[in-house]
Amino acid sequence: MEPLRTHQGLVCPLNRTNVDTDQIIPKQFLKRIERTGFGQFLFYHWRFDDNGKPRPDFPLNDSKYKNASILVAGENFGCGSSREHAPWAVQDFGFKVIIAPSYADIFKNNCVKNGILAIQVSEEHVQMILKKAESEKYTLTVNLEEQIVYDNEGFEIKFGIAPYPKQMLLNGWDEISVTLSYEEKIKQYELKPNLAN
Amino acid sequence: MQTPKTIIQKIWEQHVVHQEDGKPDLLYIDLHLVHEVTSPQAFEGLRMNGRKIRRPDLTFATMDHNVPTRQRLVINDPISKKQIDALQQNCQEFGVTLADIHHPDNGIVHVIGPELGLTQPGKTIVCGDSHTSTHGAFGALAFGIGTSEVEHVLATQTLWQAPPKTLNVKVNGKLGTGVTAKDLILAIIGKFGVQFGTGYVMEYTGEAIRTLSMEERMTVCNMSIEAGARAGLITPDETTFEYLRGRRHVPQSEAFDEAVAKWRALATDTGAAYDAVVEIEAAEVEPQVTWGTNPGMCIPITAAVPNPADKEKPTERDEISRALSYMGLEAGQPISTVKIDHVFIGSCTNSRLSDLRKAAEVVRGRKVSPTVKAIVVPGSYNVKLSAEKEGLDQVFKEAGFEWREAGCSMCLAMNDDIVPAGERCASTSNRNFEGRQGNGARTHLVSPEMAAAAAVAGHFVDVRKFTAQEVG
Ligand code: SF4
Repeated sequence: MEPLRTHQGLVCPLNRTNVDTDQIIPKQFLKRIERTGFGQFLFYHWRFDDNGKPRPDFPLNDSKYKNASILVAGENFGCGSSREHAPWAVQDFGFKVIIAPSYADIFKNNCVKNGILAIQVSEEHVQMILKKAESEKYTLTVNLEEQIVYDNEGFEIKFGIAPYPKQMLLNGWDEISVTLSYEEKIKQYELKPNLAN
Repeated sequence: MQTPKTIIQKIWEQHVVHQEDGKPDLLYIDLHLVHEVTSPQAFEGLRMNGRKIRRPDLTFATMDHNVPTRQRLVINDPISKKQIDALQQNCQEFGVTLADIHHPDNGIVHVIGPELGLTQPGKTIVCGDSHTSTHGAFGALAFGIGTSEVEHVLATQTLWQAPPKTLNVKVNGKLGTGVTAKDLILAIIGKFGVQFGTGYVMEYTGEAIRTLSMEERMTVCNMSIEAGARAGLITPDETTFEYLRGRRHVPQSEAFDEAVAKWRALATDTGAAYDAVVEIEAAEVEPQVTWGTNPGMCIPITAAVPNPADKEKPTERDEISRALSYMGLEAGQPISTVKIDHVFIGSCTNSRLSDLRKAAEVVRGRKVSPTVKAIVVPGSYNVKLSAEKEGLDQVFKEAGFEWREAGCSMCLAMNDDIVPAGERCASTSNRNFEGRQGNGARTHLVSPEMAAAAAVAGHFVDVRKFTAQEVG
């Protein structure tokens, strides 16, 4: 996984709440057995009509947001199914950072495992960013070490993140290798009597 | 004296492998359930790094999401077939027990775990599927994980997890006649919203929960994720132990009694503190129907579809308007006037024997409305066989239902059981998201009894009155 320390990118607004993973990546695209190639199906039924034509009013189809790498959305983003195909699609499409007032737990976890930074800020700040991004080409910079998001007009907000996901993202660690360095402890645990297994 | 603890804390503490500052806890996993959709990339990851499965004996796989329900062994879609074949090969290569489509134990992962006695109180259980919360009904700590975590559990039998906050969902009093476990969980989500459980593990407590059967408890815990909680559980009691006694994977005879003694000790201590509490009065719950595009958008059968103009927040008004337009409904329309085209009785929420029995009771001697296409999809082959032994298949078929093979089927429409665009389905499943049952499909979540009654009437009806009189 690639480390993520700072990131500067164009913001794409998605002013919807409770965006579920069935919308992020519809089920007919879950049949692939690879991890790649899901970007083309991101928000499929919102992006394309029944004839496969792009819907002009959907932000991801707006040329203004071409090559955007920061997605901003409403509360409870990524709710529903645990499918990791959702963050794979978000990433494969080109997004590296998501900003929302809240996320579903599993989705947030899945983001960390794939090197996507899911930033949580207040509803008020999200609304401000959405307004900006809807009216102009809006660029934000994220500094994960410092835990700040800012633009070049003096707007700056601090965000919270737990120490472990922060380290994972900053270093781009392979979590399984990290865990395997605790193998002795796992073995000891397995020797303990009285377990359900 | 020791501080009183919740069952959640007790299970957690028993499973911590390692703790250090600045890290979540390293938690041991007792049971890992695997299915075909969220596992191929995990096995591929193991292969690429030359890793093995640490505990194949604690890993159990099934095929459910993609499997056909008309003719069990004929998979027409080549991509579905590829995914099914991949699981077969992966299980063979890595030594994992698999209940494939030829196997008598096959079925929906959250139906067969309990059925086979793999699910037990006090276990930590994971699966690459958000409805893993179902297994919490037994007093297990069970939650859904992503594919990277599936790979992590396969390789290490552990997960890094921050200790969860605890939420007591207290259900006071008793449910009224004709009101089901499905109505209860929908009413809870309707009242507190689709994210009140985010960041928490929920424990369901109170008189109404105690009187539920195991299958009803599974229905409740199943939809914990629809409230945002990764896990929801219920302290085990006599009902739990009686359900488990004699099942294939539980300890037998004396060893079972010893296990019961350990399981009993898991119960939440009197006076244990939770991080949050919500309460609901069971007697106030009525049969529910969802009208919108998330499970929190539900109302009693006696109510009308909401009006966006009544809401203050613009984001809420937008959400309601968008849902009404997707669902093809008018603001203020009584939900009982809404006509349906399809009925689906099935899914890991409501496809167990008792669900099918209750639905069959409603349709016995009646006919499915000529304008409705209705199917019953049992949750597993064991459920299907037991139902057939009792003649439930005949009851359904005589009423005009199709009687299918087991699988996830129309819950997410990954096989060819799809609701066409613009058509409306009364479904006993758990998600009414846009397109869930097919692109453009309109889903209304209900209990098996309400689905059965709607199938006969051709529109939603109050099942409490339905049993007393004929409805046209
Ligand atoms: S029945 Fe539906 S919700 Fe349950 S596991 Fe299958 S697809 Fe998921």
